[in-house]
Amino acid sequence: MSERQPGHTNSPPRLSDHALEQVIGRLLQIGVLTSALVVVVGGIALLIRHGGVAADFRSFRSEPSELSTLGGIVRGAYRLDSHAIVQFGLVLLIATPIMRVALTLVAFWWQRDRLYVGITAFVLALLVYGLFWGRA
Amino acid sequence: MTILTLAAVVALGSFCAGLLGALTGLGGGIVVVPLLTVLLHVDLRYAIGASLVSVIATSSGAAAAYVREGYSNIRVGIFLEVATTVGALVGATIAGVIPTSALGILFGIMLLYSAYRMFRSNDDHPPSTAPDPLATRLRLNSSYPTSAGMQPYAVEGVLPGFGLMFVAGIVSALLGIGSGVVKVLAMDRTMKLPFKVSTTTSNFMIGVTAAASAGVYLHRGYIEPVVALPVMIGVLTGALVGARLLTTASVRWLRILFTVVVVVLAVEMLYKGASGAL
Repeated sequence: MSERQPGHTNSPPRLSDHALEQVIGRLLQIGVLTSALVVVVGGIALLIRHGGVAADFRSFRSEPSELSTLGGIVRGAYRLDSHAIVQFGLVLLIATPIMRVALTLVAFWWQRDRLYVGITAFVLALLVYGLFWGRA
Repeated sequence: MTILTLAAVVALGSFCAGLLGALTGLGGGIVVVPLLTVLLHVDLRYAIGASLVSVIATSSGAAAAYVREGYSNIRVGIFLEVATTVGALVGATIAGVIPTSALGILFGIMLLYSAYRMFRSNDDHPPSTAPDPLATRLRLNSSYPTSAGMQPYAVEGVLPGFGLMFVAGIVSALLGIGSGVVKVLAMDRTMKLPFKVSTTTSNFMIGVTAAASAGVYLHRGYIEPVVALPVMIGVLTGALVGARLLTTASVRWLRILFTVVVVVLAVEMLYKGASGAL
């Protein structure tokens, strides 16, 4: 085992970092599985109801607001519109890494690591802005 | 072509992309966009939206396994995510004004570079012992598990690495890929992180970078459920099967096969971009 020590003495407490990584790993798994489940259920409904419709995605027509705003997607999914259910699953998937950043923020808060609370809060603010308002 | 046929074809292609991506360590995202645009004539914007979604799925799915091993460096990841996230939002903003022909050419170059990196040997350098003063101030230096126990390492070149990550964010948003090759380049070569730490931290960051631009693209109407659905499910199952096969399959000829696919798609993207057919 190497005895070399690079020039740093203020490494973070290893144990709490490791515990954090465990929780984060589990969260990511749950997020992906939940969204995949919603996407599959919505997808089956979509293919049953609209599978025979001609598909043409050669030219770009922006998605309607029912499928491109969070409010429209949630309302559509509530009405059990199959396109909106798939889209809702995709939103859950996009939200998964954002949740991961939020959890990291909480962990740095616990560790009273002000510098990294600030850095993480900045990243989180950008991500939330992108998902909720998204007019970059 | 009906929605059902399109979904089936896209799911099959995405499954192969995810499978080969996991087996070669390159990620499936890089071939999804050319697959959709070149072979299935899907509009580039729908392809980018669907690809980003699949990048988030595979990155988050794989991260769950990686983080438990204790290789990834959370502080390095979150600090560099400042650069990739800002880059991704900038990329998503300028995506609308960049001509698709330019995007096609950029894509072709990225594909060729990825194919080249795949065959460069990943000779692991010994851990750095001379930290950048900025790395010490940001507490980026850490340690990682090796066969000889926990091995400390120092982080170099923080600012150049940060700059490269900004570029990685822009490229990720413009092309709808994870741009893991650029991220690993920044961490492994510029910041001198151990290779294993670079790849796992990169994977960790890919999902966050992709989520930043995917949010913007959702509002812009780039995310079409009929296209994104089979891509996400196909790539994800392909990646899961690939991870299982990794221990048994002969990776060498798969790498050669994947490289051929990537080079063919690169040439096709370059041609379509240059001839304005994209």
